[in-house]
Amino acid sequence: MSMFGWDKVGEHMYLVLMASLFAALIGLILGICCYLFKPARNPIMWLVDVLQTVPALATLGLIMILFGPTKTTVIIGLTLYSLLPIVRNTYVGLENIDPGIKEAAVGMGMTEMQQLIKVEVPLAFPMIFTGIRIAIVNSIGTAVFGAFVGGGGLGSVINRAIMIQDMDTLMKVTLILMLMAVIFDYGMGYIEKRLNQDQGMATAGSSA
Amino acid sequence: MIVYENVTKKYGDVTVVDNLSLTIDDGEFLVLIGPSGCGKTTTLKMLNRLIKYDEGNIYIDDSNIKEINPVELRRNIGYVIQQIGLFPNMTIEQNISVVPSLLKWSKEKQHKRVRELLEIADLSYEENAHKYPRELSGGQQQRIGVLRAIAAGPPVVLMDEPFGALDPITRDILQDELKALNKKLHKTIIFVTHDMGEAVKMADRIVFMNEGKVLQAASPEEMLENPAHPMISRFMGKLSYSRSGNDLICADVMRLKVLTVPETKKTLECIELMKQREIDSVIVVDKNNKYKGRANIEDIMEHGKPGEPIIKMVKLDTPSVMVNTNAKDAFDHLIATNIDYLAVLNRDKTVAGIITKTSMTKSLASVVWGDDNDYND
Repeated sequence: MSMFGWDKVGEHMYLVLMASLFAALIGLILGICCYLFKPARNPIMWLVDVLQTVPALATLGLIMILFGPTKTTVIIGLTLYSLLPIVRNTYVGLENIDPGIKEAAVGMGMTEMQQLIKVEVPLAFPMIFTGIRIAIVNSIGTAVFGAFVGGGGLGSVINRAIMIQDMDTLMKVTLILMLMAVIFDYGMGYIEKRLNQDQGMATAGSSA
Repeated sequence: MIVYENVTKKYGDVTVVDNLSLTIDDGEFLVLIGPSGCGKTTTLKMLNRLIKYDEGNIYIDDSNIKEINPVELRRNIGYVIQQIGLFPNMTIEQNISVVPSLLKWSKEKQHKRVRELLEIADLSYEENAHKYPRELSGGQQQRIGVLRAIAAGPPVVLMDEPFGALDPITRDILQDELKALNKKLHKTIIFVTHDMGEAVKMADRIVFMNEGKVLQAASPEEMLENPAHPMISRFMGKLSYSRSGNDLICADVMRLKVLTVPETKKTLECIELMKQREIDSVIVVDKNNKYKGRANIEDIMEHGKPGEPIIKMVKLDTPSVMVNTNAKDAFDHLIATNIDYLAVLNRDKTVAGIITKTSMTKSLASVVWGDDNDYND
């Protein structure tokens, strides 16, 4: 561990978690928009799809033009990159709620907002959570590119290790990245299982 | 009082509810029944504005529901559906107090109400209030569904096949409970079902619908005794046969599939038809489907000229009975006149069916040996 300290790991996590937080907020709103306003669905889905087809490095490069070589650039890039699974799972989760439950909510006299907050989002939550898990796990890998636009994180350690052909460090960092991904995947997967059990519903499944 | 005034609902070219007028008294238990697609559920859901109607007006206590905010309206009308639709993310207590909480009742008042309702339904608060819907059986869930609908004390409760998805035994218990409950609460209940047994058991008044129109609105007794339409008799099905032999009416024992021909049909065509069906007479009706009489194959052979309309061959005095005629009288008639069948007519003189000697034997058999035959062959 000569070439890097745990601070780099912390930096990497910071980038990933900040981006995922924004992606979760924006993704949730966009997903709800798709659900509530059917005409908005296709344009939004198209947009988040396209965002993910652009290579990560290219996205980051474009954002760097606006925000310079900073952490902000990396966080914005990762956020855009993480939207797809969250938007899609939010939409699918809301759409797949048992029609009987939706009808009951309307029939009880809930406003559209109350239906959403009291019933629909809570019921779609396990599915939304799956989307967030996928986004975080993907971001852990993608954040490596952040080093190219001055964002720091473990990517910078990898860059240096490649340049000086320090295989030992390269292996270690790769292992750490894999470990991080696995821990988040399994940890959040476990919570997900609990959420599904609590609801006793089969709304969630993996996606993306 | 609820008044439907010339209400029409169309989906594209299809008229689902056709110029419906209906008045429902306070405290009445009204059952809407009819075949699938007859408009009964649509009629129900227009009342809490889950479905918009195209023409006409609906009034609840003299206020036009179009002028009431739909959210406010729904909070004042109970709603129970076949899918039950309890909210899986809420406890039983939270589910029951959904509408009270929407109406911003105080927490204590909501809590008190939940205890009171669970007590009415003979469910222990301690055992059930903090459970989630998935921990209850289907029957228990629908009990909670009913409590949720009446929690805020709405004067009107809509029920859309509420017990349709339950097993027969549970359904029977819940029907009894609902009946007992409403004896205490005196709600106006509008109840949709396709089960005539359920309708007869629950209703103060049954409204039978078909193709968006009311075929008959009557008390269960009246409908059993005088079904206004063969389709209603068919719906009654086995229900009517379970009565004792003396109570049987013609509608109970008649055959429903009857060959009728319009009076303008040519004699040769009629002979062809009779040969095909291996029968020796036909029932002749006019253009409004009203009964004119019957024509025998021998008469046609003897006196008929080719190309003549069949009406010329009809014996206008051929005997007929009404659907609500006592079956025994019809049988006496059948034996006395020694003809092979009697035409059974609805009140509007349209043909409902025929009574043959075979129908007579079958209904005798059902009285003697029990009812496991199907007469509607």
